[in-house]
Amino acid sequence: MSTAAKLPRTVRETMPGYDLEKVRADFPILRQKAHGHPIIYLDNAATSQKPKAVIDAIVRYYEQDNANIHRGVHYLSERATRDFEDARKAVQLFLHAARPSEIIFVRSATEAINLVAQTYGRVHVGAGDEVLITAMEHHSNIVPWQILCDEKGARLQVAPINERGELILEVFERLLNPRTRIVAVAHVSNALGTVNPIAAIAKLAHARNIPVIVDGAQAVPHMPVDVQELDCDFYVFSGHKAYGPTGIGALYGKLALLEAMPPYQGGGDMISSVTFAKTIYNKLPHKFEAGTPDMSGAVGMHAAIDYLNGLGMENVAAHEHELLAYGTQALSTLRGVRIIGTAKEKAGVLSFVIEGVHPHDIGTILDQEGIAIRTGHHCAQPVMEIFGVDATARASFGLYNTKEEIDALVRGIEKVQEVFA
Amino acid sequence: MPELRDLYQELILEHSRAPRNYRELKPADHQAEGYNPLCGDRFTVYLHMDGDVIRDISFQGSGCAISKASASMMTQMLKGKTRRDAEELFGRFHSVVTGQSANGSQADLGKLAVFSGVSEFPTRVKCATLAWHTLQAALEGKQEAVSTE
Repeated sequence: MSTAAKLPRTVRETMPGYDLEKVRADFPILRQKAHGHPIIYLDNAATSQKPKAVIDAIVRYYEQDNANIHRGVHYLSERATRDFEDARKAVQLFLHAARPSEIIFVRSATEAINLVAQTYGRVHVGAGDEVLITAMEHHSNIVPWQILCDEKGARLQVAPINERGELILEVFERLLNPRTRIVAVAHVSNALGTVNPIAAIAKLAHARNIPVIVDGAQAVPHMPVDVQELDCDFYVFSGHKAYGPTGIGALYGKLALLEAMPPYQGGGDMISSVTFAKTIYNKLPHKFEAGTPDMSGAVGMHAAIDYLNGLGMENVAAHEHELLAYGTQALSTLRGVRIIGTAKEKAGVLSFVIEGVHPHDIGTILDQEGIAIRTGHHCAQPVMEIFGVDATARASFGLYNTKEEIDALVRGIEKVQEVFA
Repeated sequence: MPELRDLYQELILEHSRAPRNYRELKPADHQAEGYNPLCGDRFTVYLHMDGDVIRDISFQGSGCAISKASASMMTQMLKGKTRRDAEELFGRFHSVVTGQSANGSQADLGKLAVFSGVSEFPTRVKCATLAWHTLQAALEGKQEAVSTE
C-alpha cells in the first residue's frame, strides 16, 4: 500500500462550488492516455492546458472576426479591434489595474521584462547604478538586467534567500541604496514555489523612490492579483501559463511611468504620424505595440480570464493550496525524498530530489506511468546552486489536478526507488 | 510501447551505482568537459595517450543513470584501443542508440548493446552520447565544454 493512501482525504467537501470533475471535463487534452495510463499533468509551471472555452474562442475569432486591427474601416476590422480591446479590458480588470491603457500586450512575461529593461531601464540606469533582483529569479528576470547592466556599466545586485527558499527581507532592505534604480522580483518562484511579499518589497523600495517590476508568470494563474493593492510599478505575466494560448502576455505599468518611457520597438500601430523628418508616437497603450499584434492570442487570453473568473481565483487558490498541503505531507513521509523549497508562503510547486537518483531518471520513469513533471534546472540555475543540486524534479499543480493524481505521483516515486534500489 | 526495463537494464543500473574508472587522471594529456545544462549532467573525460593508443581513460562528474553508465562502460571498452577504434565504436554506438542501425549490428558493440533500449526513449539519446562526444572533444583538444542538448 502506498504511503499516501493512509493520508486523510478532505478534498471536494471543503470547497462547495468547486466541482473538480466538471472542471476536468473542460480540458479535452486530459482525456488522453500517455503510455497506456491516463495523463497526469503536473507540469503546469511550464505551461498549462487549455479549456475548451479558450480553444473555441480562438476558432470563433478566426471563423468570424479576423481582420487587422486599429486601421480598417470595414466590418471585420471593427469586430477584430473590439475583440482585441475587450481582451485588454479583461486583463485590466483581472489584474485590478486602474485603466486599460496601462495594459500592454506582449508575447510573454519574458518580452515584458525585456521591454521594461530596454525602455525604462535604458533611460534610468547609468554607470555605477544598481539593479536589485533576488536569488530565486527565473533566467528571464536575470538576463535582461544583466544585458542592461553590461551595456551601462551598472551592477546587478542579488538579494539572498534562506534555506527554506524565502527572501531575506532585512538583507534585501540593506541592499537598497542611493544607486539602486530598479527592483525586479518574482511574485512566485517557479523553481521553489515561494510567494514573495510584494507589498512589503514595494513599500521598502518606494520609500527610496525605486520602482518595482514584478514577474507574475507563476502567480496570475494561481491566486488573485491586485496590482494596485500590491502597489508595484510594473507587473508581467504570460497567457499560456494561465490557461490561455502561447504567444501572448501582458505588461502592466503605472500610467505616469509608461507615458514617460520611450517606445520599445518601432513600426506600425505605435505611431500617430510618420515623415522622414520626424515621427510622432501613438498614445498609450499603442506606443508599445508595434506591428500587427497577436489578436487571436488576446482573444484566447480573454477567454481564459473569463474561465478563471467563472471559477473564482479564490477558489482556484484554495484548491491548489489543498493539493500543495496534501502533496507536501505525502512526499515528506517518503524515505530518501527531499523537498527543495519549503517557504511558509508557497504556491503549488513541489520541487524534490530523490537520494541516489538523478531527476532525469525520475522524469523518465514517471512518464512511463503517464505522469508529466519537469526535471532539470527550471531556468533557475542560481537556485540549484544555492541548494547544492544539479537539478530537481518538479511537480507543479493546476486547477484541474486531484489528490488521486498526487497519490499516483507518490506510487510513481516508489516505483523509481524500486528500479534504483 | 517502450518498456522501462529496456532502458534501465541491470548492467546499466549497476554501472551507474558503481562507475568504473571514476577518477581524475593525473597527469592527463587530454581532457574535456561535457555539460548538458538543461539536465544538469556534467562530466570530465581524461585521457592518457601513447601515440594513437589510449593508454588510460577515466571520467568524473555527475549525471543521470544513463549518462553515467555510458561514460563508465565507454572507459572500460576503450582502454588499450586506438583512436580509430574509439571513433568506429562511437559510430556504431551512435547508430544503435538513435535507432539507425539494422538488426544484428548490435553484435559489434559488445556490452554496449545494453544501450539499444535508449532508441525507444528519444529524449535520453543526449544522455547516452554525452560521454562519447566529450571523449571526441578531448581527442581533438577542444577547450570549451561540449553539449549534446
